[in-house]
Amino acid sequence: MKKSNKIIAGLTAMLMSTGSAFAADLEFYFPVGVNAPAVQTITDLVDAWVVQNPQHTVKAIYAGNYDETTTKALTAAKAGSPPHVAVLLAADIFTLVEEEVVTPISDLANSDADKEWLDGFYKGFMKDAIFEGKTYAVPFQRSTPVLYYNKEAFKKAGLDINTPPKTWEEMIEMGKKLTIKDDNGNVTQWGTRVPTLGGGAAWIYGGLVISNGGLLSSDNGVDVHLDTPEAIGALEFLVELAEQGVMAKGGISWGDTPKAFIEGNTASMWTSTGNLKFVSDNADFDWGVGFMPGGKGPGAPVGGGNFYIFDGITDEEKAASLDFIKYMTSAENAAKWSIATGYIAPRADTWETPVMKEYAATLPQALVARDQLEYAGREFASFQRGKVTSFLIDAVEASVGGQSTPAEALAKAQKLADAVLNEYK
Amino acid sequence: MKSTINRIAYSTLAISLATVWGFPFIYSLWAAFHEEKYSANFTWNAPLTLENFATVWAAAPFSLYFTNTVILTLIILASNLILCTLVAYAFARYKFPGAGLLFSFIMVQLLITPDILIVENYNTLAKIGLIDTIFGITLPYLTSAFGIFLLRQTFKTVPISLDEAAQVEGANTWRVLWDVYVPLAKPTYLAYALVSISFQWNNFLWPLIVTNSPEVRPITVGLSIFATVESGVEWALVNAATLLSTAPLVILFLIFQRRFVANFMRAGIK
Amino acid sequence: MKRLKPSLVFIFLVMPCSLLVAFTYYPAIKSLFSSFWNQGTSRRPSKFVGLENYQTLLADDVLAQILWNNALYALVTIPISIGLSIGMALLVNSKIKGTSLMRLSFFLPTMLPMIAVANIWLFFYAPGIGLISQIMQYFGFEPINFLGDASTSLWSMIVVAIWKESGLFMIFYLAALQAVPANLKEAAKIEGASGIQVFFDVVLPLLKPTTIFVAVNALINSFRLIDHVIVMTEGGPNNSSALLLYYIYEVTFAYRDFAYGSALTVFLVALLGLMALFQFKILDKKAHYQ
Repeated sequence: MKKSNKIIAGLTAMLMSTGSAFAADLEFYFPVGVNAPAVQTITDLVDAWVVQNPQHTVKAIYAGNYDETTTKALTAAKAGSPPHVAVLLAADIFTLVEEEVVTPISDLANSDADKEWLDGFYKGFMKDAIFEGKTYAVPFQRSTPVLYYNKEAFKKAGLDINTPPKTWEEMIEMGKKLTIKDDNGNVTQWGTRVPTLGGGAAWIYGGLVISNGGLLSSDNGVDVHLDTPEAIGALEFLVELAEQGVMAKGGISWGDTPKAFIEGNTASMWTSTGNLKFVSDNADFDWGVGFMPGGKGPGAPVGGGNFYIFDGITDEEKAASLDFIKYMTSAENAAKWSIATGYIAPRADTWETPVMKEYAATLPQALVARDQLEYAGREFASFQRGKVTSFLIDAVEASVGGQSTPAEALAKAQKLADAVLNEYK
Repeated sequence: MKSTINRIAYSTLAISLATVWGFPFIYSLWAAFHEEKYSANFTWNAPLTLENFATVWAAAPFSLYFTNTVILTLIILASNLILCTLVAYAFARYKFPGAGLLFSFIMVQLLITPDILIVENYNTLAKIGLIDTIFGITLPYLTSAFGIFLLRQTFKTVPISLDEAAQVEGANTWRVLWDVYVPLAKPTYLAYALVSISFQWNNFLWPLIVTNSPEVRPITVGLSIFATVESGVEWALVNAATLLSTAPLVILFLIFQRRFVANFMRAGIK
Repeated sequence: MKRLKPSLVFIFLVMPCSLLVAFTYYPAIKSLFSSFWNQGTSRRPSKFVGLENYQTLLADDVLAQILWNNALYALVTIPISIGLSIGMALLVNSKIKGTSLMRLSFFLPTMLPMIAVANIWLFFYAPGIGLISQIMQYFGFEPINFLGDASTSLWSMIVVAIWKESGLFMIFYLAALQAVPANLKEAAKIEGASGIQVFFDVVLPLLKPTTIFVAVNALINSFRLIDHVIVMTEGGPNNSSALLLYYIYEVTFAYRDFAYGSALTVFLVALLGLMALFQFKILDKKAHYQ
């Protein structure tokens, strides 16, 4: 390209984009699950931003799952070459702040227009983006667990196909009707399936606690409430599901759950809205989505990933990163992302776009998750999240595995967590 | 009569073991060549499809991953064969102060492979700026205590007289090594090469930690990233990816299996 | 024995050994040093804590369970995969039909990386919907929750490891069997020995060098190969399938506790070093690589 052309291109870009005209070479780390369309969508969006801002480049690095991406970003930042932007777990905010690797977005986005933009995100998603009064992150691939149910199975069991269970009692009651056994007495269709193994299980369990009137963690990242009556009651419900024969005994894996639902091995499942796409592509039966059945009322955790801007990069790079984030979360792009994956579009304006309206009309199940946000609380998070969450996971696994009662297991987890978090008090 | 019964028993055992062993692979073929909804639903007349392979091929650069694995396996193999030969030869045929101590220092590491010290090795690699490079992945594995041990044992069995005869004829150290020792150790080299290739072909944790870009990712990391379970795992796609990424090796083995096994058998570890 | 000329010292020893030092000795010593500090972050710098990490280590009941897991894993995986691989080699080496197909079937798992193997077995093991479950249900058995039950998860890992490794070992035994002189076997048969006797009295002793070679490899793998644990169970449920290196990986990368990770690393290195020394003493005396 001739120099004069380059200048013209640069000028045009400056006029077109709201961001700066400085050239920035951004590195963008992101995690996504297996489905290929998701990666493609991200790549397309990134490319489109670069076309609009030809002075910049973006190297999008698909770094694996959330934990791997966070590890990579942190290690790179510690080694002095942080990524510029990354989508990382919302719950990792405390770790990222403690390691002083991220820049508060509220420090960068401080014009009135910017403030209005930040205010446009659903409040439920901003809860775990704020720490010490500063906004550190912007919601992007956010999700919440919902109850997926097989309408044909409901019909066969003589249940109304439009009223999924709302409470734990209803879940057990309906679950019994939905459980089908073969001639040998082995179950061929379970009433429901709640993942009880690993991090995904801890996430959903956190939602059960919220619906039971409790909250496992707090905004300061230091106090955790693992052995409250609400928490114990929620874990007892999980154990009871198996005892009542509504759910398979023992640990239930996160990864197999959507597959088991598709295969008709379970009449309902509790899992992330991130599976909407998978289910709608693969279920050859009529299915519906409802709120997570609750203890004392509806309740769910929010989850998923936020955009973070890293520290240790130039101001121009930060400005470009902010511009990039605005582009990715803009109404129409968030709509594309939401439709491709099932993640909940994090802003109200997205739901007003024509594509999103059309999507909601063809897949009304997507609206349930959005409406559930009203009752949602923050995902379990604290300083030393990895370690503290592992205590919680062990408690859930030990209880459903029958090695320990919920009360004992949670008391132990609380003790271990306090020992770790004491230094932060 | 008795031998017939024996033979039948023998064959039955052989067939059942081989079937059990091949089962997971057959399952993988089934899932990869059918739509997702048939991946756990074994209907005999389910329609076959190649779509999974097309999707996988478009979603991730598996040919690149494969090439990366081949390159890093070859770098490590070549370097191992050369470096281990040198060290082994020094220990087998030379006297030098501290030889015994030095050798036991090497032997202590027989079971300590660099992947066990993954954190500190990562830091070292970061310091010298080799993170996210193929050479960086190979660096910790360029020499191996196990290789040194095997070759030293073999070299020790070479009669000194052969060595001396060659020297009388005027061969220098390198000639002796190359003409006398290396040919006699061929079986050991073959056995070690197989182990080394298998080790690197499988290696996952270390490359997972030190790579970021698809350009340098080996097949193991590519596969694991592809099968990450944030949302539901698509069995058909994961199986297609698995088969696709290992197909070149399996096909090579199918073509050359007779020759490979024959060569290997002739060599043997003795 | 010749004296080593100083000029050759560099090429023969310094160059190759410096790599060993850089990537096993140096990091081991560095881990030892790091293990005396606690884990710091930018907001809370690390401080010297002496042996505190080792006190944690001694009191860690998760570690105690994991050590037991790893011991069981090694003690079951190594002998069974060696035994099976000898059996496979005998079958493939026999004169029955279809040996090349059998050989392929036994060797296939070796050609798949452990990550791929774990992915396939994950679907195999899935309760209710996996292939094993479907077969069990077809015959009227209650399906087993292989990976989700603390009493079966480690055994499920063991089966995968055996499936994966036996084929590779078989190749070494095949080569060794080929080298057994036929006249030796015939001589034994003429003397009236049965097939089984011939195997145990004549063939097996000749396989010893191969067995040592294979055993060392199997032992290395039983401590360093944790890919299947990462993919299939993440050590769960309730740490029932966690192995030592997996725990180090988890503590270091998921818990971000490099200090305790270092203490665990030092422990593992010491354990393996001791085992290697012990093994080497035996090997050096008994192995006759002829």
